[in-house]
Amino acid sequence: MSTASVTEVPQSTPAPGAAPVRHWLRFFRSELRNVFLRPRNLALLAVLAGAPVFLGMVLRINTPAPGSGGPGAGAFVGQIAGNGVFLSLFAIYVLLTVLLPLAVSVVSGDSVAGEAGLGTLRTLLTVPAGRTRLLATKYATIVVFCFAATLIVAGLGLLVGAIFFPVGPVTLLSGDTVPLADGLARLALIVCYVALAMSALGAIGIALSTFTQHAIAVMATLLVVVIISEILDAVSQVAAIHPYLPSHFWFSFDALLRTPIAWSGVLHGLASFAAYVVIFGVIAWARMRRADITS
Amino acid sequence: MTLTESAPAEASPDGADRAITTSGLAMRFRGGQLAVDHIDLAVPHGSVYGFLGPNGSGKTTTIRMLLGLVHPTAGTFAMLGTDLRALDSVLPRVGALVEGPAFYPFLSGRQNLARCDAADPSADLPTARARIDHALDQVGLLAAADKRYRAYSLGMKQRLGIAAGLLRPRDLMILDEPTNGLDPQGTREIRSLVKQIAADGTTVFVSSHLLAEVEQICSHVGVMSTGRLVFQGPLSELRSRGEPRILIRTTDPPTAAEVLGKLGLADITSTDGQVSAVLGGQPPEKINAELVHAGVPVAGLETARPSLEDLFVELTGEGFDVNG
Ligand SMILES: Nc1ncnc2c1ncn2[C@@H]1O[C@H](COP(=O)(O)OP(=O)(O)O)[C@@H](O)[C@H]1O
Ligand SMILES: [Mg+2]
Repeated sequence: MSTASVTEVPQSTPAPGAAPVRHWLRFFRSELRNVFLRPRNLALLAVLAGAPVFLGMVLRINTPAPGSGGPGAGAFVGQIAGNGVFLSLFAIYVLLTVLLPLAVSVVSGDSVAGEAGLGTLRTLLTVPAGRTRLLATKYATIVVFCFAATLIVAGLGLLVGAIFFPVGPVTLLSGDTVPLADGLARLALIVCYVALAMSALGAIGIALSTFTQHAIAVMATLLVVVIISEILDAVSQVAAIHPYLPSHFWFSFDALLRTPIAWSGVLHGLASFAAYVVIFGVIAWARMRRADITS
Repeated sequence: MTLTESAPAEASPDGADRAITTSGLAMRFRGGQLAVDHIDLAVPHGSVYGFLGPNGSGKTTTIRMLLGLVHPTAGTFAMLGTDLRALDSVLPRVGALVEGPAFYPFLSGRQNLARCDAADPSADLPTARARIDHALDQVGLLAAADKRYRAYSLGMKQRLGIAAGLLRPRDLMILDEPTNGLDPQGTREIRSLVKQIAADGTTVFVSSHLLAEVEQICSHVGVMSTGRLVFQGPLSELRSRGEPRILIRTTDPPTAAEVLGKLGLADITSTDGQVSAVLGGQPPEKINAELVHAGVPVAGLETARPSLEDLFVELTGEGFDVNG
């Protein structure tokens, strides 16, 4: 079966202990390629990118009166005609309800359950990739995906906003006006905040993912969790549990659009995300350590 | 490929010359079924060990335990002289194909191997490309390396699975049914590949539900039946277990059986028009003379050793599914 094209037998010597970071980065890159070059995931990102464009066109054709709008997303709608930057915020707000969580559900469902379904989980573990190492790499990839997805929504919102509407100093929700650069810095913080919120959701997703070999089941379960959380969050009779709902602090980023910035709201949100990451990270890890891989 | 490392010093004295030793290894799945029933494997270093048994006899489950994919319910094992508690340290020296190949259908063969290599925390980085090409070359997939896995034939998929185990020098290769579902040509290719791997000094542990597919390459066999190890030893030992039998075709089986009984032959079975018994060292021509003397019309007489296949079926019981 040999051909003359390979004449030397390459020898792999056990690598020195100093290189685990390089090896991990190589695995991480391979994982990123798998997630970001997968046609299905690219389609998801394209939908996320298309949404701000669509919203921008609708609002361009049917421009809301300046200052109109109500609470929540409405607070941004009224400002879009005066400043395209707000299209970016509006797009984040709208997509954070379902589409961004959906994208995170798909990718976190794939992470472990998808590999189990394909059988590639046993291939990777017999390499051996290492169970904890594999899980950590998978989660790091989910976090990168969350940042990429949020950035795409914000970036296209900004781009389309700048094309269709004027851009200038940003009038905050508290009424003050800050220079454009300041406004964009706040937008960047919001992108990070929302990406971290989605990463916390991804932690729930990867934990669910270690319990099944059906990626679609993880996706559906996680979406149901999101929707129930959002519904409960809107029911004032259960206000006592609101702070513990995974989606409760997702929209608290408007605190970053006030002067002075209401840091306490932001920090509460970050603490909630961190708690979800730790709790579900431990569940995922404990499950992954012990699980019998029979797929 | 050569043995790059000798067995570490912590090898247990009895298992020092063995690539795999298990003791009382058992696995019960939830639901109460004992899939592997306290088996004691002894796989010598440098052997090609055929792990045989009908479908569902526990081969894959045993292999999953050896590779740390599932946790034994009872028992212990050692591989390459290393105890199962230090399994992580020994797995890099073990190449494996479990329950058929599993790769990403949307990646090419080469990309799939690159992914396996990237997952390896102790792969040699500078030689990655050369090692991947070499593994592809060894299994004859270099020409199809850039085709998507989805488009591979079953034989190509099996060979890619073996190639993943060849990405670095291994002391032990564990191949679970590498010939499953292949046509005779594909089976021959896998056999010659296994021979080539073994010739390089690697111990090969290869499972199959068809004895015929691996008997030509095995030095040792272990036979599984419903979770139990019913035979283990050199292939020659299994072969010598089969005692030659005499087979007589006649129109008068009862009288023929009577004559064989008088001559002291054991295990006489008589069916319509045919009588057979264990020869037990008696000369067949003498038996023939006795039969003729007793007036038995002998239409045909022959002696035969049971084939390995017959012994295998006998060991694994009648429920053996010959066709897989
Ligand atoms: N994940 C599982 N859950 C429950 N039973 C299983 C599972 N996997 C295998 N078994 C059972 O364990 C027994 C051994 O199966 P297996 O090891 O796959 O056999 P083989 O590889 O020899 O065909 C079979 O009876 C099978 O039904
Ligand atoms: Mg099997």
